[in-house]
Amino acid sequence: MKKVIMGNHALSYGAMLSRAQVIAAYPITPQTQVVELLSEMCADGTLNAKFIKVESEHSAMAACLGASLAGARTFTATSAQGLALMHEMLHWAAGGRMPVVMGNINRAMAPGWSIWADQNDSLSERDTGWIQFYCSSNQEVLDTVIQAFKVSEKLMIPSMIVLDAFALSHTYEVVEIPEQDKVDRFLPPFNPPWRLTPDDPHAFGGLTSPDHYMEFRYKLQKDMEKVPALVEETGKEYEKLFGRYLGQVEEYFCDEAELVFVTSGTAGYTARVAVDELRAKGIKAGNLRIKLFRPFPFEKVRDILSRVPKVAVLDRNISYGHHGIFYQEVKSAMYGQPSSPLIFGFIAGLGGRDITRDSYQEIAEYALNKNRAEEEIVWIGVKK
Amino acid sequence: MSKERKMTITIPREEYMSPGHLACQGCGASLAMRLALKGLGQKTIVCIPACCWAVIDGPFPHSSLDIPIYHCAFETAASSASGVRAGLDMVGDTETTVLAWAGDGGTFDIGLQALSGAAERNDDIVYTCYDNEAYMNTGIQRSSATPIGAWTTTTPVKHYKKERKKDIIGIMAAHGLPYIATASVAYPEDMVKKFRKAREIRGTRFIHVFAPCPAGWKSRPEDTVKLARLAVQTGYFPLFEIENGERWTLNLKVKERKPIAEYLKLQGRFRHLKEDEITLIQQEVDARWEKILKNCGL
Repeated sequence: MKKVIMGNHALSYGAMLSRAQVIAAYPITPQTQVVELLSEMCADGTLNAKFIKVESEHSAMAACLGASLAGARTFTATSAQGLALMHEMLHWAAGGRMPVVMGNINRAMAPGWSIWADQNDSLSERDTGWIQFYCSSNQEVLDTVIQAFKVSEKLMIPSMIVLDAFALSHTYEVVEIPEQDKVDRFLPPFNPPWRLTPDDPHAFGGLTSPDHYMEFRYKLQKDMEKVPALVEETGKEYEKLFGRYLGQVEEYFCDEAELVFVTSGTAGYTARVAVDELRAKGIKAGNLRIKLFRPFPFEKVRDILSRVPKVAVLDRNISYGHHGIFYQEVKSAMYGQPSSPLIFGFIAGLGGRDITRDSYQEIAEYALNKNRAEEEIVWIGVKK
Repeated sequence: MSKERKMTITIPREEYMSPGHLACQGCGASLAMRLALKGLGQKTIVCIPACCWAVIDGPFPHSSLDIPIYHCAFETAASSASGVRAGLDMVGDTETTVLAWAGDGGTFDIGLQALSGAAERNDDIVYTCYDNEAYMNTGIQRSSATPIGAWTTTTPVKHYKKERKKDIIGIMAAHGLPYIATASVAYPEDMVKKFRKAREIRGTRFIHVFAPCPAGWKSRPEDTVKLARLAVQTGYFPLFEIENGERWTLNLKVKERKPIAEYLKLQGRFRHLKEDEITLIQQEVDARWEKILKNCGL
């Protein structure tokens, strides 16, 4: 069934179709419609779940973790300040191997107060041990929620589905709503290898000496390394059932391109239009949209980018005192490769400033005319 | 004291706590857990945040309890327990009791917001604060449960604690909870009875357990039960219950309260107090006792 829905509701439908059993959430703009619709679904019985209306995001994640450890499939959603308040519990989720799935609406961090899109909120949580997916359409949001539960529960690692404030959260698009029985075939009920039960009592997360701690972290990393292959595998399985493939990256005219944009989120959608325009002018441009950010899709990125001479990484975020974060990641992935392109880093769109086709024209012009990365950061659209 | 003698509840023989735990000598908190679980039984899951009990239980891969434990973040005893309750309900276990077990720091201070949230939602959990009146696990720093006049490592003798202990019972009573009780490790029958009663009630139950700490109070380990008893007999920590936010019942009617000095003098943390300061503390205790009697309709 096709429906015209907003990005936030795509998250709600994803959680509903995944048969989330416990939802604990706290409202924050621009995430509110996610939990509003889920509350309605719980109230009218469309979704058989317990909705805990907590008093903060910190408690939201804490409650999700308790529910997850008790053996329930668990979902929440937040944004920006809310995600930052959860920070401690994000470590808890991954370290405790609790496969919660969470939607995060990318919103710029205060101060000054901003409700508009940028990625510094979710990228500040890069090292918490969560799988991170960045989406560029409402269909992708819905499909990724379902896929994320499958990947997360298989490896017992939590997942974050990331979408841009307003550009996606509040934008209405046509979305194919999958049939419940088909989703059930793809995603069986949550059956964790361990849980809190008096029938088999264990202590979870207790004091862990230097003799044991490192092995827990080693195992987390080893399982993280399995994510890319599992995303490919579940993506193909999903495609068989629903006709839509969900991979680690999205390539658009990358073969034999002279310049490839590396993008994420809705800016990655705009980039495809920019590529079309550049190609119409005879410039062989391409776009590599990173969908899976954590773990970083090293193999895919290396494979694609080692075949092109120039790469322009667009960041809607910044690591102050360093570079854009995707730029760092791409450089790190390409370092020491037998064939590495010239990589430029651009920062645009902080705090919701629009990233337009013109932004990409400017980026392309810069990258095509330079033979080395002269500036640490090339700012696009900033009033200097 | 007549009511005390009338208590006929026997303490169950079943033990859900093994001797190999890591508590200090004379630890009131470990005795509290042992007794609480005798009341709640094995079908219990406990959420323990950062507090002495995060250590007492024993390091990975050991545990001194025969019930499942979720070691949760410092400020999340209540929210974690709410989550566990919801999760259990969804997987079809409505029978198991979910216990949140936090110290005074995790309850009076850093966990108060989450506790208030769970209480307002009336989530179906038994929240227990075992109160040793300071951050004992980190080395005796003051909490808002530390009594006026006490020395701690952050309220040195020259500047001992000048603020009153936070009225946690008043705060919880204002939430209108179905069941609130105070309990003491010196009155095991009363305590076991209260946990058993709490188990049968639905909604948020709050039990405030007085748990002396020899290491932090600078008292003799063998005086733990004596101090807990004196706290009740002086009226410093009365034993009572509040049902549905309004019905107060005094469980132990102390006819002739002992002077607070008797309780204070056994503890090094009060050694610096002068007579006039002890008199002030006595007045505080008297005022609170009268208030509780009044609430109980006595």
